[in-house]
Amino acid sequence: MHNFVYERANSADNAMDLGHRDGAAILAGGTELLNWMRIGIESPDLLVDIRDLGHLDRIEEIEGGLRIGALCRLNDVACHPAIKRDFPVLSSAILQSASAQLRNLATIGGNPLQRVRCPYFREETVNACNKRHAGSGCAAYEGHNERMAIFGWTPECVAVQPSDPAVAFAALDAVVIVQSTDGTRRIPMREFHVLPDEDPSAHSVLGRGELITGIEISTPAPHSAYLKVRERQSYEYALVSAAVTLDLDGETIRNARIALGSVAMRPWRLLATEDLLVGKRLGSKDIAEAVDAGFAEARALSGNAYKITLARNAALRAIELASEN
Amino acid sequence: MSASARSQTIDISLTVNGRPVQASVEPRLSLLDFLREELDLTGAKKGCNRGECGTCTVLVDGRRVNSCLVLAASASNHEVVTVEGLAKDGELHPVQQAFIEADALQCGFCTSGQIISAVACIEEGHAGSTEEIREWMSGNLCRCSCYPQIAEAVEMAARRMEADNA
Amino acid sequence: MSHQESSVISEKVTRVDGPSKVRGEARYAGDQKVDGQMHAVPVLATIPAGELESIDAKQALALADGIVVLTARDMPRLHPDLDNITVPPLATRHIPMQDNLILYEGQVVALVLAPSLALATEAAKLVKPIYRTHSYINPEHQVPQSADPARGNYSGSGPLDWTKGTPDAAYASAPHKVKSIYTQPSRHANAMEPSAIVAHWHDGQLTVWDSMQHISSVQITLAAVFGLSIEDVRVIAPHTGGGFGVKAFVWPHEILAAMASKVCGKAVKFVLTRQHMYNMVGYQPQMTQHMALACDEKGQLAAIRQDVENVTSLTDDYVEFGSAAARSFYACDNISISQRVKRGNINLPTFMRAPWDGPGSWALGSALDELAHEAGIDPLDMRIRNHADTEPQTGEPWSSKMLLECYEEGARRFGWRTRPEGGTRDGYWLRGFGMADCSQGQARFQSSAGLTLTAEGTAHVASSFCDMGTGPATIFRQVAAEALGLPLSAVTSDHGQTGLPAAGPTYGQSTTISTGNAVLMAAREIKAKLAAHLQWPVAETVMEDGCIRRNNERLSIKDAMKLMGMQEIASESTFALPGGAYVDMGAPGRPARSFGALFVEVLVDPDLGLVRLRRATGVYSAGRILNPLTARSQITGGIIWGWGMATMEGSHLDPERGRWISRDLAGVPIPVNADIPADLDISFVEEFDHEAGPLGARGIGELAATGVAAAVGNAIFDATGARLHDLPITPDKILGALRLV
Repeated sequence: MHNFVYERANSADNAMDLGHRDGAAILAGGTELLNWMRIGIESPDLLVDIRDLGHLDRIEEIEGGLRIGALCRLNDVACHPAIKRDFPVLSSAILQSASAQLRNLATIGGNPLQRVRCPYFREETVNACNKRHAGSGCAAYEGHNERMAIFGWTPECVAVQPSDPAVAFAALDAVVIVQSTDGTRRIPMREFHVLPDEDPSAHSVLGRGELITGIEISTPAPHSAYLKVRERQSYEYALVSAAVTLDLDGETIRNARIALGSVAMRPWRLLATEDLLVGKRLGSKDIAEAVDAGFAEARALSGNAYKITLARNAALRAIELASEN
Repeated sequence: MSASARSQTIDISLTVNGRPVQASVEPRLSLLDFLREELDLTGAKKGCNRGECGTCTVLVDGRRVNSCLVLAASASNHEVVTVEGLAKDGELHPVQQAFIEADALQCGFCTSGQIISAVACIEEGHAGSTEEIREWMSGNLCRCSCYPQIAEAVEMAARRMEADNA
Repeated sequence: MSHQESSVISEKVTRVDGPSKVRGEARYAGDQKVDGQMHAVPVLATIPAGELESIDAKQALALADGIVVLTARDMPRLHPDLDNITVPPLATRHIPMQDNLILYEGQVVALVLAPSLALATEAAKLVKPIYRTHSYINPEHQVPQSADPARGNYSGSGPLDWTKGTPDAAYASAPHKVKSIYTQPSRHANAMEPSAIVAHWHDGQLTVWDSMQHISSVQITLAAVFGLSIEDVRVIAPHTGGGFGVKAFVWPHEILAAMASKVCGKAVKFVLTRQHMYNMVGYQPQMTQHMALACDEKGQLAAIRQDVENVTSLTDDYVEFGSAAARSFYACDNISISQRVKRGNINLPTFMRAPWDGPGSWALGSALDELAHEAGIDPLDMRIRNHADTEPQTGEPWSSKMLLECYEEGARRFGWRTRPEGGTRDGYWLRGFGMADCSQGQARFQSSAGLTLTAEGTAHVASSFCDMGTGPATIFRQVAAEALGLPLSAVTSDHGQTGLPAAGPTYGQSTTISTGNAVLMAAREIKAKLAAHLQWPVAETVMEDGCIRRNNERLSIKDAMKLMGMQEIASESTFALPGGAYVDMGAPGRPARSFGALFVEVLVDPDLGLVRLRRATGVYSAGRILNPLTARSQITGGIIWGWGMATMEGSHLDPERGRWISRDLAGVPIPVNADIPADLDISFVEEFDHEAGPLGARGIGELAATGVAAAVGNAIFDATGARLHDLPITPDKILGALRLV
């Protein structure tokens, strides 16, 4: 990587001010940014280290829920008593997201900003990747695409968003709090990432100089679960994942929210399934029918048809696990 | 980029294995490279330089982290402990001793990271069962694949440290 | 010495390098520092086929003072002496930066040197090569060819075609038969230590600190590259951070670092990145194995065919002799094998942990299981029935083989005969049980060791062997201590550098049998010298407890040496092979091979396609076990290596661009701690192999990684009824085989 100027921000205003400059990048946990710089995905001239913004590393109760400061380390969020008790889906997603070491570095605000794991995107020398060089094409579309998207892809980009916590947040209808010199924006996690039909080169809606300051989750979801499917037991990105929260009336589903991970460029809510699940009994065959309905718009690439089956089964399993929590 | 960026160095001040260290470093220098190249503490290894293997694991303010993903500049004003700092007065840390006894190392290249990670794993309270140890030690790859012995060593050390503290 | 006298040997002795490694004090090649050293970072070809037209280094050179960009024009030409070095130990005849031809993606086209690693890395990215592209040949799409003996000696290490009896006729007329194709992707070793070398010239002599598996190979090869005498090359490698074969031979980066140091006049440190490890050293090649097996009503094998293909580069013909399995595993009158290669624009494959028998046992061990099911015979009984009492290829008796005992003990420990029915549910999981043979041919290399006994009653072992974690530094002290009747603490050793008696390599599970026997022979020579001085018949002389004794006459070593007026007795012995051979596969007429039986229980989640290891039992016939502690680690490591091969590992080429599509440890999974249950039950049958060498030992390092993929695949079949023929067995394939996709 080339050299850069390093500044430690001493306030959020200072961070936004510095972060707005040409060639600036915000450094939080560093677990992604430093790799991007090594690979050549980013080459900032100014790094704004926000580690000293102490007020952003707290978990606070807000009305009807929690605000998780953006700089909270992943392990601290996962092991927080209120998160473990009221939001097991989030705790579980975080604990499965990376190694213990990485979870000590990575921040909850930075995690949804991680970029796709597409091997063509992660090459040092790129031939065709619209996320590296807009307009250059998508080598994965006709290349090795076994781990790529089954929802919302276009031939311009078939990559998937790899964040685990973002999937849990999407199922929790979490809101990302974003600040800039222009003020504060509240962005639902479900809409935080950009699908390729809108812009194949984009990752998220976060603009330059904008700073994620926290993520808010509201209604506790004790009946919730996160299932991550991967070849190895730990420390690996998902083939698919499923986050489920259930509001139960005995054995009957009053309300369900289901988000799938690693199937699209954003956590993918199965909205049709969620509608159909209302009023259905756990363990009945209605559940599988409802899940199938959510896959009506799934489309396989040349090498990943299995992911449709796998994601469907993962969703079903996660519903079972959530009901048992 | 500007010429000033290239020539910038940062003065940092940190504690490494209990000793105060002051240095002037390029901002791009990772904590791992700082330890290895500037301080000649080569216990922490560079197995991937991407946070994918755990060989560079050190403690920063008592927490285990991948030192390849921390800038030396960011470590300023913090306390760093590497594998070289574990033994006290020449006596091995119980984790180091257990690794020898359980034969939890072969080529030794991942061992520094494993041991630092194990010290933290026990300190965090994640050494309650073999299953828990296996999961919480999964951030340290071992290609010689000493995994059963590593889990055994962590468990052995944890029990001894508990007994010593009781 | 006989094995009944064991004292230090066969004890659980902890590693001599344990303390330095747990303290982080052990220095590996990349930890070395030489004053004024330059860091080397390569510029790699980004096309798989073509020519380098020019290189624009202006931007890189302008970055800072002290940057050097070396291109082919700057490098010394290879000295003709290198023509006398065979391939292997020279890994490949194709040394980059000698001309402009590009034969694979990732080939070094330039080398950037700078005083700091950060600067060299940045400068390397600014070097702009201009290419003329040739059409890319994807090796995986080529028609298999016969290997060409002119393309290196790899193809000469086994038969490329061999037939015994009439396999096709026997197959046609047998009542039970299976025909299947087994495939596996290329796999990279991913040793935790990326290869590294520091090269330093001084007064016309070259010193290298290198990450490697054989000191002498590096010494003679680098000497030949520059036309030096062997004495002018010093090689140092006290520790190697895992090799698994990819550090066995001398790869181009070692030569380029030495050349760069010569050109720039400073020490050059060249540490490969994890990404470089995918292109700049070898890997196990992608393979296709065509299997045809047939048996009679009782399960007696009537025919075995194993036709093997592997990819290789355009530069050399590497042949992965998977067909060693068909030639060696089972008794059968009708066997036929062939080996073919598929050449393309790709870097050269190489030997990797459990070469030949590793892939071979996957195909043969799986096909035999298929045949057992077809014939309605228990897979274990099938193997007992077809036990090879002699080597199938030659009919010669084995040096020693106790595989039947392994079957019996393994079945007992595992509970094979009383196992639950395959597919029994445990929550979401289906339980499956499988077993397979482990077997690996035993290489022996000529190897020398020196031993010195002092009047203080201490001894010192000196030999150039590498210890990459396999344990020889510990074991050889045990051998010397026992043979000289000394406590282990009285024995020290030196290894891992030139200037010591030349040891054989640390690969092919050969170190113990080769260098270990040399140490034992040196100890016996010392004993003989002492006995001769005392005028005692050596057969009546015993060394024990720091004393030398004949019947009731007993002298401390100190007194005996005093009597003889000597301060020390030194000897150097060579474990020489019959006919002056450099390497063989056992004594003439007594082929040597290590054996074992592996039983596994796996869990398969049929909805999610997941497979997990619940437990494994391995029992091995490997001669005398010198250190049960380090031996167990070698075996568990091998089983886990095999688990990775079976369930997750693979490197894939992009079909258009000729590139490995993932070059990191996030995109290419290898097993982690959570994958491996504590319940790995390892044991060895009591055995002393008198034919393989005086120590009675054979090798275990490769052995442990054989048979695992077959046992796992067989267990997955047991759990699900789905037979998977393509490795690794991942969720997509399990769901596919269960017809869910």
